[in-house]
Amino acid sequence: MNIAVCIKRVPLSPGRWTLTADGTAIDTSGSAMGWTLSPHEECAVEAAVQLAEGGGTVTAISLGTPESAEQIRDVMAVGVDRGLLLETDGAEWDPQATAGAILDAIRNDDTAFDMVILGTESADTGDYQVGVRIAHALGWPIVTNVKGLSVSDGVARCERVAGSEREVYEVALPAVISVKDGLNIPRYPSVPGRIKARKKPIDTSTPAHPGQRLEKKSLALPPQEVGTAEVIGSGPDAAPKVVEILKEIGVLT
Amino acid sequence: MILVYVDHDRGVLDELSLQAVSAAVALGQPVETVLIGANATTAAPRLGEFGVTNAHIAIDPRLTDYAPQAAGRAVAELVTSLSPVAVLAVGSPRGNEVLAHVGAILDLPFAADCTGISLGSGSFDVTRNRWAGNVIEEAVVHASTLIASTAPHAFTADPVIGSTPATVHEFTPTLTDADVAVRIIDRTGGGGGGGVGLAEAKVVVSGGRGVGGDGFGPLEELAELLGGAVGCSRVVTSAGWRPHAEQVGQTGTKVAPDLYIACGISGATQHIAGCKNAKTMIAINTDPEATIMSYADYAIVGDVSTVLPAIVDAVRAAKS
Ligand SMILES: Cc1cc2nc3c(=O)[nH]c(=O)nc-3n(C[C@H](O)[C@H](O)[C@H](O)COP(=O)(O)OP(=O)(O)OC[C@H]3O[C@@H](n4cnc5c(N)ncnc54)[C@H](O)[C@@H]3O)c2cc1C
Ligand SMILES: Nc1ncnc2c1ncn2[C@@H]1O[C@H](COP(=O)(O)O)[C@@H](O)[C@H]1O
Repeated sequence: MNIAVCIKRVPLSPGRWTLTADGTAIDTSGSAMGWTLSPHEECAVEAAVQLAEGGGTVTAISLGTPESAEQIRDVMAVGVDRGLLLETDGAEWDPQATAGAILDAIRNDDTAFDMVILGTESADTGDYQVGVRIAHALGWPIVTNVKGLSVSDGVARCERVAGSEREVYEVALPAVISVKDGLNIPRYPSVPGRIKARKKPIDTSTPAHPGQRLEKKSLALPPQEVGTAEVIGSGPDAAPKVVEILKEIGVLT
Repeated sequence: MILVYVDHDRGVLDELSLQAVSAAVALGQPVETVLIGANATTAAPRLGEFGVTNAHIAIDPRLTDYAPQAAGRAVAELVTSLSPVAVLAVGSPRGNEVLAHVGAILDLPFAADCTGISLGSGSFDVTRNRWAGNVIEEAVVHASTLIASTAPHAFTADPVIGSTPATVHEFTPTLTDADVAVRIIDRTGGGGGGGVGLAEAKVVVSGGRGVGGDGFGPLEELAELLGGAVGCSRVVTSAGWRPHAEQVGQTGTKVAPDLYIACGISGATQHIAGCKNAKTMIAINTDPEATIMSYADYAIVGDVSTVLPAIVDAVRAAKS
C-alpha cells in the first residue's frame, strides 16, 4: 500500500505567543522557539508507517519554507520513505491554495497512492478543510476526525468519537483519511532511524502561489487575565490551606 | 438571506447549531436553515423560536444518518438555487466538515471558527481563531458567497420574541452513490469522553510530566474524593501513562470545572487552551517560575509526590 501523508511545519512555543512588531505573524525569533508538527499529523504519520509495514511506501508531503525539510527528516526517522517538499518563500498559503499544490504533487508523482492521510486541522491556522478539498479533487471518499483506523481487503474502517459513542464509517480505497490526536501513540525516532533518514530522498519543487482567497490581515493575542498565583505554601504543609479553599469555593462540603 | 446548516442527531437538534443561527440573525438578514434527512422534519419548526423563517429539509431514502459529503452536496445545491449572501454552521466537527465539503463543491473559500463576521459584497471581513483561540486573526474572505463556521460558544443562542414556527420545505437533492458512500454504518459505546465525564466534571485533578508514570494514584484518589475526574497533559498521553481520553488542551478535551488542580504541568499554551475556563486553578509545581503560575489562582511550590498525598489525607479527614 502506498500512502501520502501531509505534514506542516509549525512553531512550538513553551509559554505564551508573542507577535512580530507589525502584528502580522507569530514572532519565531526567540531562542526558546522550536518547530514541530501538529500532534494530529504525528498520528497521521504513525498510522501511515504502521499500514505500510505490511508492504508499501510512505511519502511525506509538506508545503512550506525550505526549513520544512527538518520536519520531513523527522518523520523519515520514524519510517517515512521519501519526501516531497513544496517550497514557499514564507508567505502564507490559504487552505485552498495549499490543497491545490498538494493535489498537483500527488497527481504528478510516479507513485500511485492508495491513501492520503492528513490531520483534521492544522495546529496553527485550524482551517479544517485541506483534506476535504483534496478528496473532492481526486474524486475519493474522505472520513475526517478519525480516531480509530484499520484497513483490510481494500476497505478502511474508521471510527470517530461523538460524545460517549464511537461512530463507525467504512470506505473503499483509494481514500483520504484525516485524523485526530489520540488515534495512536506516535513512536519516537531511534538513533539508527535518524541516521537512515539522512540518506532518504527529498524531491523539491516550487509551486506557483495562486493568490489568497482567505487572506490574513493581522493577528492579535486575546486579552488574558494574567495574574500571579498566590503562593499558599511549599510542600505538604500547604494541605490545610487547600482544604480551606476547597470549602470556600464549594467543592468540599 | 443567510443559510445556516443545522446539525441533528437522528432527529434531535444540535444545540450548538442554534448559536450559528443566532449569529446569522444578528447580521440583520432573513435566516433560513438546511437540515439533512426526513428524521429532521419533526424538530425543524422549533427553529422558528430562534428567528428562522424557512427550514429546508433534504429528503432521500439513503439519508437516514449522518453522511457528510451528501450533506455538503445538498447544502451546495440550495446555495445555487437560493443564492444566500452567506452560509454558516457552528464550528463543531460536523459543522466544519460539512462546510468544507460545500467549499470544495462550489470552489469557494471557507473560514472556520469565526468569532466575528461582517457582511460585504465580493469580500467579507471575519475574525477567527488560530491556535485554538490562543491567537486571533483578522482576515478577508474574497468570495461571492461567504462560507464560515462560528466558533463554539463565541455566540449565544438567543430566542426571538414574538416568533412563529419555521415553515418546512422538503427538497430532493441530486446525490450520487459516491456522495452517500461515507456515512455512519454503526455505533459502538466507549467513545472515551474521559472517566467521570471529563468535559462536564466540576473538579479536574490533572497531571503532567512532573507526576511521572507511576504517580497518578493520589490524583485518582483526590478526584474520587471530590467527585471529579482525572485529566492530564499531552506529555502524559504520549508516554502512554494515561489514555488519550483524559488529555486536556487544544487537541484534547476542553474543560470548564469549578476547580482545576494542575500537578506538575508547565502551562504550555496548548494545554491552557483546554483549561483556561476553570473558575479556580491550583498549581502544584517545583518551579515557582513555571508559566502555569500566571494562570493559577493559588500555587504550592513543591514536589507533587509529597504535596498531593498530604492533600488527599487532609481532604479525607475533612470529609469524615
Ligand atoms: C499543536 C499542538 C497541540 C498540543 N496540544 C496539547 C494538548 O491538547 N494538551 C497538552 O497538554 N499539550 C498539548 N501540546 C503539548 C504542549 O505544547 C506541551 O508540550 C505539554 O502540554 C507539556 O506537558 P507538561 O506540562 O506535562 O510537561 P512539561 O512542559 O515538561 O512540564 C512539566 C512540569 O512539571 C514540573 N515538575 C517536574 N517535576 C515535578 C515534581 N516532582 N513536582 C511538581 N512539579 C514538577 C516542572 O517544573 C514543569 O513545569 C500540544 C502541542 C502542540 C504543538
Ligand atoms: N502547508 C501544508 N503542508 C502539508 N500539509 C498541510 C499543509 N497545510 C495543511 N496540511 C495538512 O492538512 C491538514 C488540515 O489542515 P487545515 O485544513 O489547514 O486545517 C493538516 O493537519 C495537514 O495534514
